Amino acid sequence: MVLSATAWVILAGAVATYLTRVGGHAVLSRFERIPPRVEAALNAVPAAVLTAIVAPYAVFFGLAEAITIAAAIVLALRLPTLAMLGICWALVWLLRQAI
Amino acid sequence: MTATQSDFWRGVRDAVPIMIAVAPFGLLFGALAAENGLTPFEATLMSATVYAGASQMVGIELFGADIAPWIVVFSILAVNFRHVLYSATMGQTIGAYSRMQKALAFALMTDPQFATTEQKAEKGIATPFAWYLGLALPVYALWVAEAWLGAVFGSLIDDPAAYAIDFLLPLYFLGMVMGFRGRANWLPVVAASAVASVAAYHFVGSPWHVSLGGLAGVAVAAIIGVRPGHKLVV
Repeated sequence: MVLSATAWVILAGAVATYLTRVGGHAVLSRFERIPPRVEAALNAVPAAVLTAIVAPYAVFFGLAEAITIAAAIVLALRLPTLAMLGICWALVWLLRQAI
Repeated sequence: MTATQSDFWRGVRDAVPIMIAVAPFGLLFGALAAENGLTPFEATLMSATVYAGASQMVGIELFGADIAPWIVVFSILAVNFRHVLYSATMGQTIGAYSRMQKALAFALMTDPQFATTEQKAEKGIATPFAWYLGLALPVYALWVAEAWLGAVFGSLIDDPAAYAIDFLLPLYFLGMVMGFRGRANWLPVVAASAVASVAAYHFVGSPWHVSLGGLAGVAVAAIIGVRPGHKLVV
């Protein structure tokens, strides 16, 4: 079977992901204690990367999108992710019709 | 029923709330993967082998944007880098597993799998390998099946922008970011990433805003450091 280029990228991503899953045990467990700055940096990676992906949507993609992002931030403080997702999905759809 | 069997079923019962929470996102991944041009086979392959929701969403977002393969892989790696910390912690909890059992357990280690295992261990409840599999396998099976289902039905939608489906992915990421808000240094990290990302998007261009913005947030976290006794998982 011939795999597509996309499938190869997926498999490479899978290998990289597995390495993060075994790597902590294999490498960091050799240290008595993880240096606090290293731990702080690692701990911050997902929030930092995901924020970097989202931020331009709030600025460069239009008014409907900017308003929806602002609403999503407020709603996410109170509601579960799925409820926020449903409401903001409807909101951005409506705003795109209106604006 | 043997002790191993009852451990396994205890794990399956513990998996039920995780499955309810995860189910909509498994389907969403499949549907958005199809929207971004992945075939049902590729979407299912990704759920089966990467098996990490947020990074899969990042992957398909970048596949849709004609970006160099190594950047896609690097971005998946970056989003999943938190596993390194989980792995170091959980390695102690599952210290009694054999080598092969550990190798499999780490392959199935997601955020909820890690959090549940650590919660049980903290309460002094046993977390043997049979229990671990009982917790992990139903969630895994659901996740993989949903990718296929979502992709097959998602590919039937011909104009995603008309239904605002194209905006679900950024909203999903925003939900994840907000979900991390109990973590150490959250606000300065998010603020630095957002400002750096917007600046990079404007001055350097896509897709560099992802790496540069992410780097800025991580650098701020490293500069601030962390107090002992902070929460690793929210």
